[in-house]
Amino acid sequence: MTVDPEVGEVAVAIRGLTKRFPGVLANENVDLTVRRGEIHALLGENGAGKSTLMSCLVGLYRPTEGHIELATGGEPLHRVEIHSPRDAIRLGIGMVYQHFKLVPNQTVAENVILGVEGVGFVPNMKKIEAEVAALGERFGLKVDPTAEIWQLSVGLLQRVEILKLLYRGAEILILDEPTAVLTPQESAELGVTLRHLADDGRAVIFISHKLDEVLAFSDRVTVLRGGRNVATIDTKDADKAGLAKLMVGREVLFDSDREDHDAGAVVLNCENVSASDSRGLPAVAGVSFEVHSGEILGVAGVAGNGQFELAECITGLRSLTGGRIYLHGDDVTGMSPRGFIRRGVSHVPADRLGMGLAGGLPLTDNFIMKRYKSAPISKGRFLRKRAISTLSDEYIKKFAVSTPSSSTPARNLSGGNQQKAILAREIDAGAKSGLTPLIVAAYPTRGLDVGAIEAVREALLAERLRGSAIILISEDLDELLVLSDRVMVLHGGENMGVVDADQATKERVGLMMAGEAVHQ
Amino acid sequence: MIRLRLERRLDPPGYLSWVVPVVSVVLALVASGLLLLAFGANPIETYAAMWDGAFGDIFGGEFYSVSETLVRATPLILTGLAVAVAFKMKFWNIGAEGQLVMGGIAASGVALFLPEAAPGIPQNLVVYGLLMGGAAILAGALWALIPALLKAYLNVSEIIVTLMLNYIAILWYSQLFTTSWKDPAGFGFPGSALFPEYTWLPRFFNTRVNLAIFIGLLAAVFVWVLLSKTRAGYEIRLLGDNPEAARFAGVSMFRNIILVMLVSGGLAGLAGMGEVAGISHKLQQGLSANNGFTAIIVAWVAKLQPWAIVLVSILLAAVFVGGDQIQMTMGLPASVAQVVQGIMLFFVLGGDIFSRYRIRVVRQHVEAPA
Repeated sequence: MTVDPEVGEVAVAIRGLTKRFPGVLANENVDLTVRRGEIHALLGENGAGKSTLMSCLVGLYRPTEGHIELATGGEPLHRVEIHSPRDAIRLGIGMVYQHFKLVPNQTVAENVILGVEGVGFVPNMKKIEAEVAALGERFGLKVDPTAEIWQLSVGLLQRVEILKLLYRGAEILILDEPTAVLTPQESAELGVTLRHLADDGRAVIFISHKLDEVLAFSDRVTVLRGGRNVATIDTKDADKAGLAKLMVGREVLFDSDREDHDAGAVVLNCENVSASDSRGLPAVAGVSFEVHSGEILGVAGVAGNGQFELAECITGLRSLTGGRIYLHGDDVTGMSPRGFIRRGVSHVPADRLGMGLAGGLPLTDNFIMKRYKSAPISKGRFLRKRAISTLSDEYIKKFAVSTPSSSTPARNLSGGNQQKAILAREIDAGAKSGLTPLIVAAYPTRGLDVGAIEAVREALLAERLRGSAIILISEDLDELLVLSDRVMVLHGGENMGVVDADQATKERVGLMMAGEAVHQ
Repeated sequence: MIRLRLERRLDPPGYLSWVVPVVSVVLALVASGLLLLAFGANPIETYAAMWDGAFGDIFGGEFYSVSETLVRATPLILTGLAVAVAFKMKFWNIGAEGQLVMGGIAASGVALFLPEAAPGIPQNLVVYGLLMGGAAILAGALWALIPALLKAYLNVSEIIVTLMLNYIAILWYSQLFTTSWKDPAGFGFPGSALFPEYTWLPRFFNTRVNLAIFIGLLAAVFVWVLLSKTRAGYEIRLLGDNPEAARFAGVSMFRNIILVMLVSGGLAGLAGMGEVAGISHKLQQGLSANNGFTAIIVAWVAKLQPWAIVLVSILLAAVFVGGDQIQMTMGLPASVAQVVQGIMLFFVLGGDIFSRYRIRVVRQHVEAPA
């Protein structure tokens, strides 16, 4: 029994865990111990085996070899078999998934008790609501227990997920890339909450590939690469470059090179564009801006301030409630998405599997989405199989999409490879339009590992040099300032001003994101 | 403690696609056998009778039984293809029955009234075959257009509308053959007058197998080409898999709902024409024989694959025809035959889960702390 007053008692120990899938070795002989009272970061690229490892811990998968030992519920460390998420919860292990699992038209309290045994056939909601509120108070997870899920922001949804685990008495909390959907401020708050949880004697495991967060939040870091544990180190002894090297297995450059060159003619011109969100509430309020050939216009803003809707407006997917949009000088207001596509507009959407790809269809079908109506992909009403496979091979090679074959369903690829597939398709579609392409990239690096982020950024910068006009919507201010020529800040759907990236500081853009208008 | 758990197969091996159905059928035969024993019937004899009813002495050069199976399969093939096209787009057309009936009515209308109304039209099989087929396709398609338009414009659930339209079509057709179109010279029996002989689809080898089965096979080729070789088929697949991605790609949901339902309704309408012009030669009881509903089972068992739909239709028809046979020769009640059919479907449909999941036996062992 390892009880060290300095570092706390071991809560969970994974011993020699190997998980093999048909043809894939996801985890190989991984050892990992997590102590009570610590925040343990699990760092690694996509496909490094982080999620598989944690899935074994919560009973979604069974390890091929090795075993798990737990010290929860007041018991000493002993070997356990976890067959299902239900087993895991019973043993005090809970996980917050990247995609929240909440019922939109039920209240927070109702979601919290969903699946909890012993709440009775007719639950005493008043009592439960009070309990949920008290838990929230205690850990800095304030949410109105009577609010319905659909009313809440992403940050609050995450709190509900954490409350669900705490209500079930989880002593080991696993969070799968929790900050991927949060604003910088919300991320900071999450960090405070995690610290509360650790101080309460719980063990927190947090999966990430964002080095800054790992350094800011965690006590110890375990780096996985190729399914193996390459290092477990104290965070205070770690630095960004060192972690990146462990993670990728080589040196990584953090500053992308944006060559100076002059922007060209106006490609997109928005005049007083207004639009509503899906619930019919105003989301974009009279935004005007221009994007030039050979320029990257960054769009900054706290999530939910109209960026998503603006992207849909300028790709023809959302109808305007006011204003006009001009492409290459032509008024395209009110045109169909196809009309925008024909005029060289490509779109890397925020939600890869939700909109960018048809997950159940093979990659080939996904590659031809923007080009299936014209030669050589189709001839008359018929598709040409040979041309499609040539195109697929070309995309796969050019963008180094790692996939078993071009007939693999898009859903089965990793996030990074899905994004590469989308980029390949969108960049090519723009180039084939015969006009200067406009690429609208919404959160193109979200949820990707370092290697894939590099690839995406390089692709965007290369397009810039080739003269494309690019709109880059991102939540990562560092990324925006490095890649963009100019940065536009949205707040409450309004344009707070456009600043030159070279002169902008994070602080200044941050103030604009909080609603302070700056006009140049 | 031992528990059974289902685990999703990440990479289902290819051989399962035939092993699972075969094992399912064998198990279904065993389960039905127990039931038959309970009824005092010899299962082996019963199955022999079923085989005899469905396929007869096919290897001895006797084709009567198998011809009846093919006759039974024909409307299933057409309606199975009809619903499969719509299901591919996740448009839940459960109105193939009504669309079939409308097709049958339209074809009957042409055969019964056009010769008198337009005597100038050449009265031969080619012309009338095309006219009746065209009318049937049109009628089925228009009947399917109602839910399509309601869905496209007003987002009304196609499930409810297609289902309810079945009953309207069936009741209308009942009214026609019992009242409006009843043969005055029919001695008071319900049913229309017999169609002129030149409108009858040609039959083969002295059996009831007729041209309609080739229409069905042709339709299978058509659907296969449509879904896997054309731009329209690509749009349908895209819409079925992810409507948002389709919208993103500039695919019109509106246009495709209408296209798909025209094709789907048209195919079901053709099934109705095949029944009246190939089998009954008049509008009478029995046109609506639940083919449009059975088609849903056919389409699912065949996983929406056109060739598999042809095969599954024939196999299912064999079960139906064989079921009729055991009522006659074994003297079993009709309900027993239906239960046997039900058990077969239950096993085949239920067995599908084993091609997607594997069963794991897990022992929960609680070990003492180390």
